Amino acid sequence: MDQRSNKLLKLLEKDCTLTPAQLAAMCDTTEEDIALRVQSLKDEGVILGYKALINWEKTAIEAVEALIEVKITPQRDKGFDRIAERIYQYEEVESCYLMSGGYDVTVIITGRTLREVALFVSEKLSTIDGVTSTATHFILKKYKQQNVVFEQREEQRERLIFS
Amino acid sequence: MIDYNSVISQRVQDIKPSGIRKFFDILETMTDAISLGVGEPDFQTPWHIRDAGIYSLEKGFTKYTSNAGMTDVRREICNYLSRRFDLHYDMNSQVLVTVGGSEAIDLAIRCITNPGDEILIPEPSFVCYGPIASLASGVPVPIRLVADNEFRLSPEQLEAAITPRTKALVLPYPSNPTGGIMEREDLEKLVPILKQHGIIVLSDEIYAELTYGQHHVSMANIPEMYDQTIVVNGMSKCYSMTGWRLGYVCGPGELIAQMTKIHQYAIMSAPTTSQYAAVEALKNGDEDIEAMKEEYDGRRRYLVNGLRKLGLSCFEPKGAFYVFPSIQSTGLSSEEFCERLLVEQKVACIAGNAFGESGEGFVRMCYAASMQNLEEALRRIGLFLDSLKK
Ligand SMILES: Cc1ncc(COP(=O)(O)O)c(C=O)c1O
Repeated sequence: MDQRSNKLLKLLEKDCTLTPAQLAAMCDTTEEDIALRVQSLKDEGVILGYKALINWEKTAIEAVEALIEVKITPQRDKGFDRIAERIYQYEEVESCYLMSGGYDVTVIITGRTLREVALFVSEKLSTIDGVTSTATHFILKKYKQQNVVFEQREEQRERLIFS
Repeated sequence: MIDYNSVISQRVQDIKPSGIRKFFDILETMTDAISLGVGEPDFQTPWHIRDAGIYSLEKGFTKYTSNAGMTDVRREICNYLSRRFDLHYDMNSQVLVTVGGSEAIDLAIRCITNPGDEILIPEPSFVCYGPIASLASGVPVPIRLVADNEFRLSPEQLEAAITPRTKALVLPYPSNPTGGIMEREDLEKLVPILKQHGIIVLSDEIYAELTYGQHHVSMANIPEMYDQTIVVNGMSKCYSMTGWRLGYVCGPGELIAQMTKIHQYAIMSAPTTSQYAAVEALKNGDEDIEAMKEEYDGRRRYLVNGLRKLGLSCFEPKGAFYVFPSIQSTGLSSEEFCERLLVEQKVACIAGNAFGESGEGFVRMCYAASMQNLEEALRRIGLFLDSLKK
C-alpha cells in the first residue's frame, strides 16, 4: 500500500463522510483514483465498514452495555479461535478481542436492560464449553469512544473572531 | 474636561487601527456566519502540553522566572531549533523567552532603531511591523510584493528600497497573509545586497513548521548571514498555543543582551505556567506538529482546489495556513468583496489591503477550519460569485 492510500485511510478513519471530491483534493489526486482505491481497500478487507457513532443517552432508547472478562481453556489445534467464534457469533456481542494478561477474551455486549445482559452471560456465555469463568462490568458512563469525546465542552468565550 | 487629544502622544495618534478588525461588528451580530478570518489554529493545545502547565500550577510554580526565561525552556528551544532547522544558538547568551512572537518582534525592532532609521517591510504582511517601527521612532518602508512571483522578495525590489538610512529588513516567511515562502535560492540572492549595506534581518519564522512539501530555510541558515539575523519564533502556531502567549527571539548575543534589558523593564518574565508547558511541547511535541501539519495540508489542497474551480486565481500557498486568492476578476475592491460576502452569504474573510496596499485585489482566507466549514464556505462563495455575474 502506498503513501496515498495510507493518507486516504487516515482521513476516512477520522471522518468517513468526506466526499470523493474532498478526498481527491486532500490527497492530491482525482476522484476516479479515490474510487478505485476505496474499492480495492474494501476488496482487500482493509476498509471493513462505515458507521455512525451515536450517543444513545441522548435518545429515548434504553441500552445497557457491559464489558465481560472471559477465561477460556484453549482447545488442542484450534487454540482460542474456535471458542471465540462461538462467542462472537451471538448478535448481542458487539466486540470480541483476544487479550494478553489476566484473562483471555474481552466481550462487549449491548442489551436493553441489565437483566437482559445478565441473562445472556449466565445462560449463553458461561455455558459454552471451554469457558471457565466470566466477570461482568457494566459501563456506567461513556466519556470517549473512538477518539470522540461524548460531552463536548463549551467553546471558549471572548475569543478573537478576527486576527 | 480634559482634552485627551492633547494628552495622547502624537506618535500613538498617528497609528491607524488594524484593518483586520473592520467587519468585527457585523460578524459579531451573526450567528450562522462561517469565519475564515481567524489567524490561529483550530486545534486544542495537545493534552500532554496542557497537562504540563496544569502540573506546574499544582506544584505551585507561580513565581517570576529569570528575565531571559527558565534554563529548561532556553535549553529546549536550542535543542528544538538545532533538531528541526539546523539553527544553532547558545542557550545562555543567544535566546530570550518572550510574551509571544509579538513581543519578540517589538523588542527586536526597538533594540536596533534610532530615530529616523528605515525598516523595510515587504507587504502584504502581518500587520504589526509598521506600527512597532513607528513607535520605536523608526520609519517603516513598505516594499510592494507582487503575485507574479508568489509574493517573494526579489533582489531588485530590495535594492530599490535601500537608502542610506536603511537599518533592517523584516523577512516574514512563511507569510501571513499570502502563504508564500522564500526558498534557499531566493534568500541567497538577497545576501550580497544585505551584506554590502550591512542590513540587519528580522526573520519572523512563526510559521516555519507549517511549510508544505519542503523544509523551511531561515536566513540564519546561510553562514554569512548568521551574525546579521534575528530569528523570531514561538509556540502559538505550530503547537496551537496562541493563548499561552509564549515566543522567543534568537540572534547575536550582543543584541539579545540589549533586548533582555528592555524585556526586563517592560515585562519582567514570560508567563511561568506557559514556560513549563513550553518545555513539554519543545521536548515531546514533534509528533503533534506533524499531525496538525498533515491536517492543514489536506485542507489547504481542498480550499485551493475549490477556489480555483470557482474561477478565482490562486497561487499554491506553500506555508502558514492561509490562501490568498485574487478577486480582481470580480471587479470589486477587496473591502467590497469581503463586506458583501459577509453580508450576503455570511462568510468572513479579510481584505488583502489590511496587510498593505499591495494586498488590494486579494483576500485572505484561513484554512485552519473544519472540512465541513470549508465545504460550506466554498458553497457560499460560489453562490456569491454567481450572484455577481447576473
Ligand atoms: C506572521 C506573524 N508573526 C507573529 C505573530 C504573533 O504571534 P504570537 O505573538 O502569538 O507568537 C503572528 C500572529 O498572527 C503572525 O501571523
